[in-house]
Amino acid sequence: MTQYKVLPGPEHFLPPAAASMGIRLPNPGEGHINGVIVPEEQAYEEAARQFLMAKVPTIFPGPLVLWAWNEKAAKKATAIRHLYETLKECVTPQQRAMLIPMPDYRPKYPKINPEVEINPNHPNLTIWHNKIDCCMFVGVHCHQANLSLKIIRGGTSCYTIAMCAQAGHEDAMLSFRDASVEKIMKLAEWVRKLKGTVKVSQVVSKSGASN
Amino acid sequence: MSKERIKIAPEFYDIMPPEYQDLVNRATYGKEDRGWKDIGSAKELIEEHSLCAGCPESMAFRYILASLPNPEDTVMVGSTGCTSLVFPHVAVHNIHSLFGNQNAIASGLKRALTVRFPGRIKDVVVLAGDGATVDIGLDMTLQAWFRQEKFTTICFDNELYANTGGQESGLMQKGFVAKMAPVGKTFDKVRLPEIARESGCHYVVQCTVSKPSLVEKVIRNAVHVAREIGPTYLQLYTPCILEIGKNSMEGLQEMRDSEKPTERFAFKEFVSEPAKQLLAELAAKDKEKKAAAKEQLAAQQA
Ligand SMILES: Cc1ncc(C[n+]2csc(CCOP(=O)(O)OP(=O)(O)O)c2C)c(N)n1
Ligand code: SF4
Ligand SMILES: [Mg+2]
Repeated sequence: MTQYKVLPGPEHFLPPAAASMGIRLPNPGEGHINGVIVPEEQAYEEAARQFLMAKVPTIFPGPLVLWAWNEKAAKKATAIRHLYETLKECVTPQQRAMLIPMPDYRPKYPKINPEVEINPNHPNLTIWHNKIDCCMFVGVHCHQANLSLKIIRGGTSCYTIAMCAQAGHEDAMLSFRDASVEKIMKLAEWVRKLKGTVKVSQVVSKSGASN
Repeated sequence: MSKERIKIAPEFYDIMPPEYQDLVNRATYGKEDRGWKDIGSAKELIEEHSLCAGCPESMAFRYILASLPNPEDTVMVGSTGCTSLVFPHVAVHNIHSLFGNQNAIASGLKRALTVRFPGRIKDVVVLAGDGATVDIGLDMTLQAWFRQEKFTTICFDNELYANTGGQESGLMQKGFVAKMAPVGKTFDKVRLPEIARESGCHYVVQCTVSKPSLVEKVIRNAVHVAREIGPTYLQLYTPCILEIGKNSMEGLQEMRDSEKPTERFAFKEFVSEPAKQLLAELAAKDKEKKAAAKEQLAAQQA
């Protein structure tokens, strides 16, 4: 049997849960890229490369970091903002780094404003609207992140990164685990380190990041 | 209780949508005298809704939210129906349950919250349509009352299944013909308030939502009694203007007409003895507080 790979979509309407296709979660000190377990260091480099390669690299902070629940959450928020500012500094004028919140998980009915927020029940709308081709989830509860990552894989060609505080996400194309302030800062360092060394993607998509 | 619990991380304040900024800055959480008068000035009390224009459910929902005594620590349980279109706009924790299951979900939820947060008051409030409450969910509704589960059940009685286009419900009036019930109802409106009383509810009210101050009062009473004593039930007439052929400005008059003493929505209230005692105590405390505030004000002015 060929190994299933967690790749940018659009895969199809109901992409399988990567776990059901045999994708394992990384152990501490590891990450995964496309479902293949790698040393964490390699995941930093690849995540930074993907960010710098994208036309609209975007960070989606979720409720666990958007709201100042406690000191730990507040520190993570500072680190994430730092990562975003770094990304903004390191991209070329043709690229547009974005920071779009996922304030909560309620389905936004009848309509969401995709310019200002993302919702886990229809994340594709925000991705399409802003033509986001690489995104990172951080501070999103696991089940909502999995749901959302699968929808993104199903309907868009966006590259997904999960900065997960628990055991990682199989449904992202690249996942860290045990996310901490240090790890987020380290990713920012990697972005700075690779600045100017990565060519911006030339792929043109008609409707946002979907094909 | 206060807004302390809902702070946005300062680094992300600028990117948060305006509703959330408003929530942390101007929400009525923690405001001692919050009530229906806050509607229109606080975004969290449903600024926009997705019901038919002029639907009385939209006002009823706002009155309920404005009247909850403990919104930060309240979980509402909804069911499928027109109200479920509004829940996504509500800044109170809520669960959407499978149609009819709302009182079963609320029972488990209330018990779990009591175990999980022993020192904290946690209120559970069910809000469902008449189809969910009296037809498909009747089993769950009654069993929760028999078991004396400590939460409030609110039924938006619009006398039919509105969300699915007008089917007959147990709370529909005898003889009524709806779009999808062309034969006309052959039996009487189920007397759920009386059934609620006999099933063990300690506070039962049937009324329309034509008077916000009345809705505010009965919501507060129902939540307090459920918190301290046992199940409570409110049946609120929220006419489906679409199904009864009224236009958006006519909902209020329809409620006024139906609440006259001889009409089917005449005010009805059943209060158990323990609930009477509790409400009297609360009223006395309220009076004391108001007197103290008045004295303080007089002292300041002197
Ligand atoms: C288990 C289940 N059965 C049936 C339905 C279909 N359904 C959706 S809304 C509805 C009627 C709701 O009527 P009511 O509870 O009176 O609420 P209203 O829309 O009138 O406010 C029904 C039958 C459903 N969603 N789920
Ligand atoms: S269908 Fe009836 S109950 Fe439902 S929103 Fe419209 S007027 Fe209100
Ligand atoms: Mg109904």
